[in-house]
Amino acid sequence: MSDIVAPAAPEAALTRVRVTFGKVDTMRFVGNLDMHTVWERTLRRAALPLAYTKGFNPRPRFQIAASLPMGATSQCEILDIWMENPPAADEIAARLARSAPPGLLVIAAQVVPLQSPAMQTRLLSAEYEVLLPTDAPDQPELERRIVELQSAASLPRTWRGKAYDLRPLVEEIVLVEASPARLRLRLSAREGATGRPEEVLAALQLDPLSGQVQRHRLIFRED
Amino acid sequence: MLDPREINARLERILLTVQKPGRYTGGELNQVVKDWDSVTTRVALVFPDLYDIGVPNLGLAILYDLLNRRADTLAERAYCPWSDMESAMRAAQIPLYALESKHALADFDIIGFSLPYETLYTNLLNCLDLAGLPVLSAEREASHPLVIAGGHAAFNPEPMAPFVDAFVIGEGEEVMHEIVDVFQAWKRRGTARIDLLHALARVGGVYVPALYTASYRPDGTLSALAPNGPEAPALITKRLVAELPAPVTQFLVPNVDVVHNRVAIEIMRGCTRGCRFCHAGMITRPVRERPVEQVLQAIQSALAATGYEEVGLLSLSSSDYTNIVELVQGVSARFKGQNLSVSLPSLRIDSFSVSLMDELKELRPGGGFTLAPEAASERMRRTINKFVTTQQLLDTARDIYSHGWTTIKLYFMIGHPLESLDDVQAIADLCRAVLAEGRKVIGRKAKVNAGVSTFIPKPHTPFQWVACDTMESIGEKLALLKSTLRDPAIKLTWSEPDVTLLEAWLSRGDRRMSAVIYHAWRNGAKFDAWQEHFNIQTWYAAFAAEGLDPNFYSHRQRGLDEVLPWDHISSGVRKSYLLQDYQWSQDLRFREDCREQCFACGILPGFSDMRAGLPDDAWKCPPVKRKKRIPA
Repeated sequence: MSDIVAPAAPEAALTRVRVTFGKVDTMRFVGNLDMHTVWERTLRRAALPLAYTKGFNPRPRFQIAASLPMGATSQCEILDIWMENPPAADEIAARLARSAPPGLLVIAAQVVPLQSPAMQTRLLSAEYEVLLPTDAPDQPELERRIVELQSAASLPRTWRGKAYDLRPLVEEIVLVEASPARLRLRLSAREGATGRPEEVLAALQLDPLSGQVQRHRLIFRED
Repeated sequence: MLDPREINARLERILLTVQKPGRYTGGELNQVVKDWDSVTTRVALVFPDLYDIGVPNLGLAILYDLLNRRADTLAERAYCPWSDMESAMRAAQIPLYALESKHALADFDIIGFSLPYETLYTNLLNCLDLAGLPVLSAEREASHPLVIAGGHAAFNPEPMAPFVDAFVIGEGEEVMHEIVDVFQAWKRRGTARIDLLHALARVGGVYVPALYTASYRPDGTLSALAPNGPEAPALITKRLVAELPAPVTQFLVPNVDVVHNRVAIEIMRGCTRGCRFCHAGMITRPVRERPVEQVLQAIQSALAATGYEEVGLLSLSSSDYTNIVELVQGVSARFKGQNLSVSLPSLRIDSFSVSLMDELKELRPGGGFTLAPEAASERMRRTINKFVTTQQLLDTARDIYSHGWTTIKLYFMIGHPLESLDDVQAIADLCRAVLAEGRKVIGRKAKVNAGVSTFIPKPHTPFQWVACDTMESIGEKLALLKSTLRDPAIKLTWSEPDVTLLEAWLSRGDRRMSAVIYHAWRNGAKFDAWQEHFNIQTWYAAFAAEGLDPNFYSHRQRGLDEVLPWDHISSGVRKSYLLQDYQWSQDLRFREDCREQCFACGILPGFSDMRAGLPDDAWKCPPVKRKKRIPA
């Protein structure tokens, strides 16, 4: 396997592969920092020809597009991996799926242009669906609170000791279904301006830990 | 007890409120989930410390693997929840549960605790309590799980005697199966719990404390610890496996960060060096090695199964592994270019070790080089039987620095009662001398990390009779080191004297110590190995409440004819040998590596039947004139 690592290899020999993945079951309790390690080991087990970063402590080159709030599930996460002379995308997806730990779903893989900008910088918003518990307020009350939130000029809140305004981060709130109550949230996900679903729930005077949060869609700026 | 469905439902409501919830969910790669109803015996293996510490533990990984290979048995895991999770669990009335199936611990047939060190004792009590089980063995009934414990600390089981139904002394690979068999036979008989305890006491290496009574002299020392009846043997001899079985390769891969994220392969068990302070070196004899090819194969399979980027080749003394050069070259040849780091701990202090590490260097980006001289004066080196000359150490240090390492970690031990301040000054001088060597070679880049631990006279070692150093003296010695080693290129770390003191009480205690442990736990003692939890005052209060003097356990030179609380447990090394070695230490007499010459520690006669059936080189004991075997 000594041929798989060539830190000095020219960039041209690289292939960039975009993987769509999901996080379900116990994996949703794994934080973003740990997800990097989970992916690193999955990539090693899959024995794909990874490209490594240069330097003192070489790491496989990959990037996760967006961090997912702890506890949320998703089927739309994006990961870019750099490889050297990899097999076809379908084969990559199959190998990753076999190597993934329980709760990490590999949905698709495709080759993307090497030069396309980092996904993190293109990310605009994220869409979530929140299933509320059966004891949630009824439809008129929920709708009243949503209108109230949307009409507020600002929503001052504190996250990890830092004051911020939640209002500009909330792009859309829709009550999709009344019983059981299901909300759709579209929140800003730009760098340095990321809305958190549990913060929106709190602003709606709902128990932020009681809803089942699923991320459905990441919305990116076109190149 | 709550069923798994209800436990899961309640967990849903609390997991997002605690730190690192991934510790409490299970679902890791390579966990084994068997159908609960497809087996007859269910074992919960508990490491009574945080998940982060427990997951990398090799002992439990071995038992998990071998129990789950049995078609009639399943094994699951549990760890101690951190205090935030414990509060949340108690508030939601969630009992301690196993991670695989979320069954409450009380639903299992057997609960097996790993006790590698003594500061886990209060956590064991806390785990039983969180599981909703009586902490006292005498209060548990036939409907409760059998509670067993093993590990290095179990070589003095007395302080934990009232809480544990049966202790396993020594290596668990074979006896674990025998315990399950005995349990299954008892279940079929459907008899009283005492019948199970009697049956377990007949298994070699199993100690059932309820079947023994301790009696004391007026001065507080033991007069005897004797079996109550014929079911229990007077002496319980440790178990060992004749040859090391194939190593575990299907390691569990946690999704959250833990203390060691690596493949751990034990290349050798036991040690022939005979350092007199070393508990492990005395209780894990004889030396058995795994073949090079088996180790290489195991690394390969384990890397494929886990994706880990680090491999630890474990043993008490890597340089003594017979084919170490072949192993290191094999590892290097086979795994080069895979961005892997390989650690080889416990190297001898000589240039040979430097060449070994040099071979692995490409596989070990950024690591320091660790040496454990333990003592710095000739007198102390002879006392503890770890004899490395200063010249040898300095030559090795120069060699290390000139091969590209910038930091040397040096481990020392202070607190032997015969140690003077001059001996401690010698440690400081040696650290400076090592740094000076580094500066000669690489200038200002050279660094020294000095780690200083405090000596605890451990049971089953030649120092088992001696007293701990006084707290005043330890304080003075540490102060001397702190004031002399002020160079910014020297980083000094030390173990907290208070924690060491607790370890001394617990490791040297008798059965009465259990009341102190119980009392301390009732008053909030847990996670005693963790600075943020440990409180020595809780322990002083517990001693006072139970009318016991802590100094009696830690700061008393014990009589050579005294009945020691662990005398009924045999590590295979004879007490008379330990006594002779203790006398040699006082005479500053060095004992050679026993690979060269047998000093009759007692292992060979004690396990002669086992040895007789093995190839000559299966154990690294040199050939001795064999006595004719006595037919069984």
